[in-house]
Amino acid sequence: MKRMRTALALLISCALPGGAATPSALADDAVVNVYSARKEALILPALERFREATGIDFNLVTGKADGLLKRLELEGGASPADLFITVDAGRLERAKRAGVLRAVKSEVLEAAIPENLRDADGHWFGLSQRARVAFRVRDRVDAGEVSRYEDLADPRWKGRICVRSSDNIYNQSLVASMIATLGVAETESWARGLTANFARPPVGGDTDQLRAAAAGVCDLAIANTYYFGRLLASRRDEDRETAARLAVVWPNQGEGERGVHVNVSGAGVTAHAEHADDAVRLLEFLTARDSQAWYAEVNNEYPVVADVPVSGALESLGGFRADALDLTELGENNRRAVELMDRAGWR
Amino acid sequence: MSRASLTAAVRPSSSAWLAAGASLIALGVALPVLTVAASVFSGEVEVWNHLRRTVLADYVTNSFILMLGVGLGVLLLGVPAAWFTGVCEFPGRAVFEWALLLPLAFPAYIIAYTYTGVLDYAGPVQGMIRRLTGLGVGEYWFFPVRSMAGAILMLALVLYPYVYLMARAAFLEQSTSVLEVSRTFGYGVRAAFFRLAIPLARPAIVTGLSLALMETLADYGVVQYFGLGTFTTGIFKAFHGFGDAAAAAQLSAALLAFVALLLFMERQSRRRARYHATGPRAAHRRRVRLRGARAAWAWIGCLVPVLFGFIVPALVLAKWTLFDADLSGSSFPILVWHSFSLAFATAVVAVVLALLLGYARRVSDAPAVRLSVGVSGLGYAVPGAVIAVGVIIPLAWLDHRIIDLARALLDLDLGLTFSGTLFALLFAYTARFLAVSLGAVQSGLDKIGPSLDDAARSLGHRALTVVGRVHVPLMRASVLTAVLIVFVDVLKELPATLILRPFNFNTLAVRAYELASDERLIDAAPASLMIVLVGLAPVILLSRSMAGDRPACD
Repeated sequence: MKRMRTALALLISCALPGGAATPSALADDAVVNVYSARKEALILPALERFREATGIDFNLVTGKADGLLKRLELEGGASPADLFITVDAGRLERAKRAGVLRAVKSEVLEAAIPENLRDADGHWFGLSQRARVAFRVRDRVDAGEVSRYEDLADPRWKGRICVRSSDNIYNQSLVASMIATLGVAETESWARGLTANFARPPVGGDTDQLRAAAAGVCDLAIANTYYFGRLLASRRDEDRETAARLAVVWPNQGEGERGVHVNVSGAGVTAHAEHADDAVRLLEFLTARDSQAWYAEVNNEYPVVADVPVSGALESLGGFRADALDLTELGENNRRAVELMDRAGWR
Repeated sequence: MSRASLTAAVRPSSSAWLAAGASLIALGVALPVLTVAASVFSGEVEVWNHLRRTVLADYVTNSFILMLGVGLGVLLLGVPAAWFTGVCEFPGRAVFEWALLLPLAFPAYIIAYTYTGVLDYAGPVQGMIRRLTGLGVGEYWFFPVRSMAGAILMLALVLYPYVYLMARAAFLEQSTSVLEVSRTFGYGVRAAFFRLAIPLARPAIVTGLSLALMETLADYGVVQYFGLGTFTTGIFKAFHGFGDAAAAAQLSAALLAFVALLLFMERQSRRRARYHATGPRAAHRRRVRLRGARAAWAWIGCLVPVLFGFIVPALVLAKWTLFDADLSGSSFPILVWHSFSLAFATAVVAVVLALLLGYARRVSDAPAVRLSVGVSGLGYAVPGAVIAVGVIIPLAWLDHRIIDLARALLDLDLGLTFSGTLFALLFAYTARFLAVSLGAVQSGLDKIGPSLDDAARSLGHRALTVVGRVHVPLMRASVLTAVLIVFVDVLKELPATLILRPFNFNTLAVRAYELASDERLIDAAPASLMIVLVGLAPVILLSRSMAGDRPACD
């Protein structure tokens, strides 16, 4: 009887469409199944290095963060995923609240990653940092003319600022970080002032804002640092010319100011991971010095681990002091931020 | 012969089986759409209220303007071109006949990226203007490509082939007598076009138009890139911004209701007129030979859509691919194979299902059949990301039941059975694109006189044999059109693929998207170009079959 049941079970698991691909078939092998909202080009090489170094294999599916999160939620206890990688702390926090991540205790990770760049309970860990800052057009705005995020709402910048749509998570998180320090009311009036200063209705991505500024559409552009780093390091002459016309503005650096808004790309082990130990090993691998240098360099981001060198392009931008805000607050304030921007007319 | 007598011609028992089977299949295909619609009764009202207070009015207005503009655009681009290539003769006609289909191979978001790269402030065209004139940005006027007008243009340029295809087929099928009758009355060619040909071709044109409009409503790539808030933006705002899939589904359901209403109105207006080809089909088709200025107009009418819908963007992509793009890390043969096999498999499944449902609808007027077939075609207007959620929910539910069952009965730990497999992808594609194949198949079936069914049945053939041996051969062109449009649509599909695909499985569209959304437009060019190339083969095949389908011209 027992044998018949086993045979039947085997037959069924082979006949079903998912049979061959389900992790149960792979359970004996060392493998990590990864759902990644970080693009393939930015994660696959790291996974390949991990496989080389540890002999642990991987399966990868990439996608948009919210789609993958939904999939993870609905697959529930049967989800094959072991590790969820995404960009933006707001989303990592959303994943935590959706209950799809588990608490991980790792001394290696806790030692490597500063406290404000990871979840206190170990549901997620930041793996690289990016700053969201302003860029000024060198020959139209002098250094020091703008020095705080708050300045961007000043009427003197009317018709001179380029920024992308409020649908974008980076803008949402920037506003969420301001809500955390200034409160909703003050942030909303700031957003209204900023919206009134737009040179044009928001179109395109961050790179488009930088290009538009360099082309003369506006005098200030808001963008993440790695987009600027990419232009600086580009093989194409036009890109480097664009970058040469612009200079970074590190906001809120003065005495007692909160510092530059930073965000992370990060990852968390899933609640129902079958290969949780290997997933943790992958996380630890990604925070090792070599990986950090590579992981940050490939996309011109800042490492989360102290003293790891940054890419040449970023080095030329100089140092800055980052906002020490606990990034979990970005997730908590996300919804308020979205609603606030809708009310302020930030498209 | 009326529908009633056709229904009677099929034995009641087999007709009932067919109706029941078809309803079941249709409901199965409609499951994702129904899942989406069912969420109307769950979730919170807060998100709705917020959207309504702030942005919803703008979104609805924008969607409306976009639909109006794209509708007008596809008619202006598609109908004259169909008339010129279908009925007239002028130098280059034979080439235009198939070249006019080429834009079908372009995903709308890719043509939008491409034109933006060329025409935006920072692009080469405006850069040249500034260098030549010494003017700065804002000191001269230039068409703002990232605008409502730009979005209308982009969508119209790649969606007009639906109208062109349908209208052209209709013009070809109008026997030459239409032209001759009109001449007897002393009308010129132009009057024949406006007074007879267009009204007669209306059902076909409306079918093409409704496909184009449904695709417009479901579009997210172009409107997002151009920063336009449309109804779809609202759906994604609810989904991504608020993490509220239920509210997103509710918005989709509202969109669905709107589309259902449009389709219903169209059907009602068409109900009055139902034609089957009478007499021998256009045995002697004489084309109207155009000369001089008229030929030039025809030439322009055909060249403009091809030039801007295909040649220019394809050249730009080719230039980027050859000279500028970073080709590292590409494994194109595998990507091509994945894209091709998925598209082909879906096309076959969708057309077989469409034949079954179309035939059931032909022989049965039962409300259950009418309703289920109607609902199964709604998926086309639903954004792919929403359909994907509509697929995950029932499949995950089913998987968990299977897991529970296996644990209880066999003491076996199963993983997911259907979720995260190619089956889920095929399911989503079929749910989304069945409307396309159904439309083509039904319009093909409508043209076959019911007397043929009776003849075949009286010879003792079973119902499905009639479909296989009589209908399909007679409407080869319609079936082929259905296969190929679904093929190209799946090739271009992105959002559902992104959410549902299995591990280690990428397609060309995914590759192009990943690079483009990472703001590496130029590096996305090779994958985009490959999508167009893979899509091109069937488009050319389609056009050849169209040519072959036409009996004796000239």
